Amino acid sequence: MSWFKRKDENIQTETKKEMPEGVWVKVPTTGETIHRRELEDNLWVDPLSGHHFRIGSKQYFSIIFDDNKFEELGQNIMPTDPLEFSDTKKYKDRLEATQKKSGLSDAARVGVGKMNGIDLVVGCMDFGFIGGSMGSVVGERLGIAIDHARENKIPLIIISQTGGARMMESVLSLMQMAKTSAKLAQLEEDGVPYISYMTHPTTGGVTASYAMLGDFNVAEPGALIAFAGPRVVRQTIGRDLPEGFQTAEYLLEHGFLDFIVPRNTMKSKLTKLLKLVLHKK
Amino acid sequence: MQYLDFEKPIADLEKKIEELENLSTVGDGILKKEIASLNKKVEELRKSIFADLTRWQRVQLARHPDRPYTTDYIDNFVDDFVELHGDRYHADDKAIVAGLGKIDGESVMIIGHQKGRDTASRTYRNFGMANPEGYRKAYRLMKLAEKFKIPIITLLDTPGAFPGLEAEERGQAEAIAKNLKMMAMLKVPLITIVIGEGASGGAIGIGMGNEVYMMENTWYSVISPESCSSILWKTWDYKEQAAANLKLTAKDLEELEVIDGVIPEPLGGAHRNHDEAAALVKSQIVKSLKKLKKLSSNKLIEQRIEKYSSIGAFEIAK
Repeated sequence: MSWFKRKDENIQTETKKEMPEGVWVKVPTTGETIHRRELEDNLWVDPLSGHHFRIGSKQYFSIIFDDNKFEELGQNIMPTDPLEFSDTKKYKDRLEATQKKSGLSDAARVGVGKMNGIDLVVGCMDFGFIGGSMGSVVGERLGIAIDHARENKIPLIIISQTGGARMMESVLSLMQMAKTSAKLAQLEEDGVPYISYMTHPTTGGVTASYAMLGDFNVAEPGALIAFAGPRVVRQTIGRDLPEGFQTAEYLLEHGFLDFIVPRNTMKSKLTKLLKLVLHKK
Repeated sequence: MQYLDFEKPIADLEKKIEELENLSTVGDGILKKEIASLNKKVEELRKSIFADLTRWQRVQLARHPDRPYTTDYIDNFVDDFVELHGDRYHADDKAIVAGLGKIDGESVMIIGHQKGRDTASRTYRNFGMANPEGYRKAYRLMKLAEKFKIPIITLLDTPGAFPGLEAEERGQAEAIAKNLKMMAMLKVPLITIVIGEGASGGAIGIGMGNEVYMMENTWYSVISPESCSSILWKTWDYKEQAAANLKLTAKDLEELEVIDGVIPEPLGGAHRNHDEAAALVKSQIVKSLKKLKKLSSNKLIEQRIEKYSSIGAFEIAK
């Protein structure tokens, strides 16, 4: 047992663990264990508590695209270290280590395929890559996704999971907010539908750009969605935050989401929505 | 005048000059000569200190409490200014000042972050940190300017969008995001100038200019050096290193081709001579207006979208 324990849940540091290894998986919210196969079959949602385990682009693509068939765009866009940034670690080394560990080249991927027969472009972020932070590559790849959707008149879904803009690319990361928003403005002009799907967590510069710009803003249950994270807000106001502050449910209540949808019914619900928008049977 | 820590040698000399001046009586030739030589020395000292400022020192200058703020520039070179208030939904944000006026005889909409200079005005202006209603006021007035074919000037000077509870509740992120998308499609010229601090989303939330300039001693970054230090080094102590790594000065951003140019400041910083600083800012605005006014609405939109679409550093793998 540790001597000092943080008693407040909402200032706990986000653990960066991806899907745990092993046959039995512990559900963090209840402490119960569940068989890995059962969890996978339920799209990494605990059937008892509804807890959504974090998954990455690989799993989201397999959920959304029919038969897991899709073409990937922009994977040749690779990160560099334009500012020669170095904190406790060199950004260059951090990139390399993360690429090795995650098997990803950066924090967003783009897939083009079909969802229940509907043509679709999906841009999906990966929290496992430097906290899902948005740098030049994320901006460029999502830009490619938006352009592809616009040029081919195919609906777009962007799945966000991110701590915000990537500090190691400083102002270049900041400008990706302008870049993605400008491209979404063009998409809107051409009347192509865009669904923003927010997962846990979606914060910072991503929330303040493409995540909040959906024709439909949708989220997974319990997802933290914020501009400034709870720790910063707490510091600013100097008192405890209300129960459930900045959760998807809280945002729905305050008018910033169209609906919340559990991951295991997301595909059917988004299909239904797109069919309505596209006048499809 | 407040001196910054690195200005201490200048401050010491200037104090000495002041003391000598107090001693000096009419016709005291030796003292006068001494004062003149010290004055010359001060100028040289200032020149050498300011020729080689670190990034953190620039950040300090950008935050100098005597620096000219948005209303100082408006008072200086905007004629017939009519301030316009409110977002029409919730409130009037005092951290963003906006209104119509004339620069060199031309109507403009001018919108800028506003800080305060004493305790009362700082609180009133919320330290230049806007709430969603500030961004929504800017949205409303930019669309109004577009309706009447009036160019827009935005002046950035904020330590960040306000990270408060109500700001989150009322959609700080949504307000900034909507502004970005709207600014991309504006049919009128938009000129942005960083006059102090350009902190992250709170700054770019009114700053998607066709042309963007920074004054010499300002900063513009995705995060403040202090917050960057606290996140990456887990302590507030590495702000100087963070500033150096973030490459956040006007010169840095010019080299990164994120901005269109650097507006020089009077020697010692804009706070040393408000009139001169204002003249330099005005001259850039007039020049940019003249250039951008020649572009059609479509061309302005196309140029803006192209400008922001092309920012980013990456490699293309084979």
